[in-house]
Amino acid sequence: MLAFLLKMAFKNALRHRLRAILTLAGLTVAILAYGLLSTFVSAWYAGADAASDKRLVTRSAISLVFALPISYRDRIRAVDGVTSVSWSNWFGGVYIDERNFFPQFAVDMPTYLPLYSEFVITPEERAALLHDRRGCVVGAKLAARFGWKLGDTIPMKGTIYPGTWPLTIRAIYHGRDERTNEDQMLFHWDYLNERIKQIYPKRGDSAGVFVVGLKDASEAALVSERIDSQFRNSLAETLTETEKAFQLSFVAMTDTIILAIKVVSYVVILIIMAVMANTMAMAARERTAEYATLKALGFGPPIVGWLILFESILVCLIGGGFGILLTFPLVRVIGHALSSVLPTFNMGEHTSLEQAIASVLVALVAAAIPAWRSMQVRIVEGLRAVA
Amino acid sequence: MRLTGIPIHYAWRNLLTRRLTTLLTAGGMALVVFVFATVLMMRAGLEQTLKSTGLPENVVAIRKGAQTEVQSGVSRPEAAIIESDRNVALDGLGRRLVSKESVVLISLNKRRTGQPSNVVVRGTTPVGLALRPQVVLESGRMFRPGTSEIIVGHAIADGFSGVQIGSTLRFARRDWLVVGIFDAGKTGFSSEVWGDAEQMMQAFRRSNFSAVIFQMQAPQAFDELKARLEGDQRLTTEFKRETQFYEDQSHAMSTFISVLGLVLSMVFSIGAIIGAMITMYAAVANRVGEIGTLRALGFRRKSILVAFLGESLLLSLLGGIIGLVLASFMQLFTVSTMNFQTFSELAFSFTLTPGIVIASLLFALVMGFTGGFLPAVQAARLKIVDSLRAG
Repeated sequence: MLAFLLKMAFKNALRHRLRAILTLAGLTVAILAYGLLSTFVSAWYAGADAASDKRLVTRSAISLVFALPISYRDRIRAVDGVTSVSWSNWFGGVYIDERNFFPQFAVDMPTYLPLYSEFVITPEERAALLHDRRGCVVGAKLAARFGWKLGDTIPMKGTIYPGTWPLTIRAIYHGRDERTNEDQMLFHWDYLNERIKQIYPKRGDSAGVFVVGLKDASEAALVSERIDSQFRNSLAETLTETEKAFQLSFVAMTDTIILAIKVVSYVVILIIMAVMANTMAMAARERTAEYATLKALGFGPPIVGWLILFESILVCLIGGGFGILLTFPLVRVIGHALSSVLPTFNMGEHTSLEQAIASVLVALVAAAIPAWRSMQVRIVEGLRAVA
Repeated sequence: MRLTGIPIHYAWRNLLTRRLTTLLTAGGMALVVFVFATVLMMRAGLEQTLKSTGLPENVVAIRKGAQTEVQSGVSRPEAAIIESDRNVALDGLGRRLVSKESVVLISLNKRRTGQPSNVVVRGTTPVGLALRPQVVLESGRMFRPGTSEIIVGHAIADGFSGVQIGSTLRFARRDWLVVGIFDAGKTGFSSEVWGDAEQMMQAFRRSNFSAVIFQMQAPQAFDELKARLEGDQRLTTEFKRETQFYEDQSHAMSTFISVLGLVLSMVFSIGAIIGAMITMYAAVANRVGEIGTLRALGFRRKSILVAFLGESLLLSLLGGIIGLVLASFMQLFTVSTMNFQTFSELAFSFTLTPGIVIASLLFALVMGFTGGFLPAVQAARLKIVDSLRAG
C-alpha cells in the first residue's frame, strides 16, 4: 500500500512538468535564502563563539571608550586564580581607505600570544616578531585579502592615535580551528606607547582592556569579582567579564538588526508556504474527479489525504534538498565577498537541520487544507466536478 | 465593428472566482513588498535622523583624522584660536556663538532587554543649546552650568531604565541629577545625555575638548573659512559643515541597510514571481475553452495577451497594496541600535514617503509582469480549433 501511494504521489508530482520545475525552483531559492540568513545571524555571534572560557576581559566600568592605567597590570596579576595578564588597545587605523576596514590591536606580545594559543605562528616568525618593535602579525585571511607577504611594510593611518604608523609584517598566523578570526592585525603596544608619549604624554601608559588568563574556568565569576573589588572607588573602576560576555555585549548593541534578520528569514518560509499551498490547492482541485473515482473504487478518505500529503512532502524534500546542498558553496562564495564586514562566515551547526525541518513544515502546512477538502468530497459531486 | 480589448472586468472577475488561489498568490507578493517597503522606510528614517541633525550654517571642528567626536581631541589653545576667527557669528549681546564640547560614551542598560548600550554624553554649554534650535526642552528645565545636573534626550528617556526627571545617573564617580528631558525630533541628539562641559571634563579627567561647534556669520564663505583655518599651522583640526558631518556618520549604516535589504527583496521576489507564474499557468490551462471562445468571437491574440497580463498585474497590485498597508504599521516602531561608525546608540524610526509608496507598487507590478508574461504569451498563442476542442 505504501509503495503504491509513493509511486502515485511521484507520478502525480511530475504530471505538470513546468509546474513541478517552478515549484522546485521556488523551494530551492526559499530554503537557500533561509540558510544564508541563518548563517548571517550565526556569523554575527562568531566572536562570542570563538571566545575561550579561560579568558576574562577587564575594561573601564564607564565604557570601552576609557582606558585603564597600565599600573593595574601588577595588581591584577596578584589576584588569586589569575595565571597571566596581557593588555590590548584598539587602534582603529585606516589602511588606505576606510572601506578596507579590519581590526587592529596594539598588544603586549610576550604575554598576549601565549594567552591566545589558537593563533598558530611558526617559532621563527614568532622570534622575528618579538625582535622587531615595529613588527606586526596578521591573520592568514587578512594577508590573502590584500596580498600581503612577510616583510611587507603596511602604513596605517591612525585615527585615535594620529599620524602614520609603518608596521612590518613579521608573522602570519593561522587559526587553529575554523571559528578563529584570521582577519586582524596585532602589533607591539610598546611601539604605540613610545610614540604616543612623545605627542600626548598624558595618554601614554594606558591600556584599552586587560586580558586575564584563568587557572580554572569555573572560577570565572569569582575571579571577576575579586579583580573588580580591587579597583572599586578608585579613579578608574573596572568591569571584568568572561570573554564570551564581552563579545556578546557588542552583539547585544545591534540586537535589533539581528532580530530583524531572524524575522525576515521566517518571512521567506511563509512566502514559500503560500506558494506551495497555492500549488497543492490547484493540483487537488484539478483532480477532484480522480479522488472521487478512487473513493468510488473503495479507497477510504485517508488514502486520498495521504496521497496529497506524500506528493507535497516529496516535492518539498527534493526542493529543500537542493536548497540545502546549494547552501554550502554559496556560503563560501559570500564569505569571501563579505570578508571585510564579517570575518568568519561559517554555517552554524544546526542550519542544515533547521532547513530540513522548514521544508517538512512547509510540506505539511501546504498540504493540510487541500487534503482536508479532498477527503471531504462526496463521490457524486466529485465525479460531476469541473475544475 | 472591430472588437478591441477585453474589458478589465474579465480579469477582476476571474480573480474573484478562485479566491483561495488569489489570496495565497497575492499574500506571497504582499510579504515581499512588505520586506521591500520596510527596508526603504528604515533607510529613509535613518537618513532623516542623521541629515536633519545639524544646520548648514554651523561648523563642526574635530581633530584631523578622527572620524567622530569621541575619537577627537581639541586642545584649549586651539579652541581659543578657532573662537577668535572672523567668520564666527555673534549673538544679540555680542557674545560669540561657539560651543566647546566634550563628548564621551557611557554604558547604560536598555529598558527592554536589560542589556548595556553605549550612550553619548555631551558636555555642552547654553550656547550649544542655542546653536541647535531643533532641540526643545519638553519637560523640566535646562541644567545649571557648574552643577552636576543633566538633561536627557527623548529616546534615552523612553528606551533606558532609571532616567526620569528627578532620578540620578551614576557615572564617573559622581551622581548626576536628571532635571529635564529634551525633544530633538528625529535627529540623533534625541539619543544623547547633555551636561555642563567643564563639569564633564573634570569628572572624566580630560583637559581637552572633543569638538568645537560654531555658527558662521557668513555661511556662504565656508570654503574660505575651511581653507584659512586648515592652513593655520597652530591648528590640527579639520572643519565640516554640521550637516555634512552627521551625514558622513550614517554612511556605513545606511549602506549596510540598503545592500542587505535590497538583496533580500530581490531574492524573495524570485519566490513571489514563481508563485505568480504557477498561478497564471494554471489559470491559462483551466480556461483553454474560454480562450478559444474569445478568439472565435473575434478578439485578437494581442487582446488575450493583454487580458492575462492584466490579470497578473491586478493580482500583484493587490499584493502590493496589502504589503504597503502592513508596512505602514511599522511606523509605530522605533529602531534602537548601535551605529557602527560612531559606536554609540542611535534611535530612528521608519518613515513612509510618497516615493517609497510608488517604488513599492512599481516593484509589485514588475513582479506581476515578470510572472505573468510567459503564461500570457502561451495563452495568446493557442490555436482556436484546438482550444475549442479541449474546452
